[in-house]
Amino acid sequence: MAITNSKTGISPLVFEDVAVGDELPELVKNPDTRQLVMYAGASQDFVAIHYDQNVAREAGHPKVIIHGALKSAWLGELVTGWMGPDGRLLELDVSYRAIDFPDTPVTCIGKVTETRIEDGIGVVEIEMGLRNAEGLITTPGRALVSLPFRADT
Amino acid sequence: MTTSDSRGDTVISAELRSFIGVESNAVTYEIERHAVERFACAIGDPNPLYSDREYAESTSLGGLIAPPTFFRSLLPGGYPKPYPEPFAHILDGGSKYRYNEPVKVGDQITVVRKIIDLFEKHGRMGTMLFKISEIAYTNQTGRLVATQTTTTITYGAGEKDSGVGDH
Repeated sequence: MAITNSKTGISPLVFEDVAVGDELPELVKNPDTRQLVMYAGASQDFVAIHYDQNVAREAGHPKVIIHGALKSAWLGELVTGWMGPDGRLLELDVSYRAIDFPDTPVTCIGKVTETRIEDGIGVVEIEMGLRNAEGLITTPGRALVSLPFRADT
Repeated sequence: MTTSDSRGDTVISAELRSFIGVESNAVTYEIERHAVERFACAIGDPNPLYSDREYAESTSLGGLIAPPTFFRSLLPGGYPKPYPEPFAHILDGGSKYRYNEPVKVGDQITVVRKIIDLFEKHGRMGTMLFKISEIAYTNQTGRLVATQTTTTITYGAGEKDSGVGDH
């Protein structure tokens, strides 16, 4: 029997509830330049193409660009928010194929591609991506998580 | 005998190649509650595991943890000698994280980076140098909690962007 967290009222996700083809709830982000500056400060990434328009243009970009690592953070949020506090993130791979810019919404999407029991642990593989306003996946990713079995919760 | 050969065209000098396998100076960080909260706020992740101590303690994690990409804020130290970056501009190609356990607030995490591969490609921005680095994160008990393998791309001549060369 699943135990509901008394504070959130949310039952944790368990391995038995997940099937190949399941889609994760979409996560929409609409970053502005302020968020890029916040991220630069929080991550200590002060590469100027993320906050200085002139430097961004000299490097060949039309304007300042979103940190790739901030896009990773959003894909991380997509999967960890879905798996809940009893899930464990095992792997997160993100590849920055195309650049994204602030002030344009992007959508993080994900789908379960495999479920298996490995050494007695319920493991789920998820294919993810960051989709831009034109519908292009600029940032493909994948994650591997473990989820508890119903009997263990 | 000719004085130039194909190796003369590469940007990967013997000096640059000598950095493969060299470990950066180890740096140890204490995972501080407010730094975690600030990072979660900056990425816009409202998960209470990063900010609500009472809630986090009520879960199987037993306390506040850091978001999976918080490692980005734990900058590796420099190499024993300065890395001879040949290019001016930088792009991040991606990251692969492998996690053994979550990082908890209060942990001491030691960061060591090493370059595991260097190669070049020729594209619309001219010659681009790809640097694959592996960063190991070890906690206060000596357990490897995670690794991050990064791809860093540099290209172009001119004045170096601020921040290029730190990476």
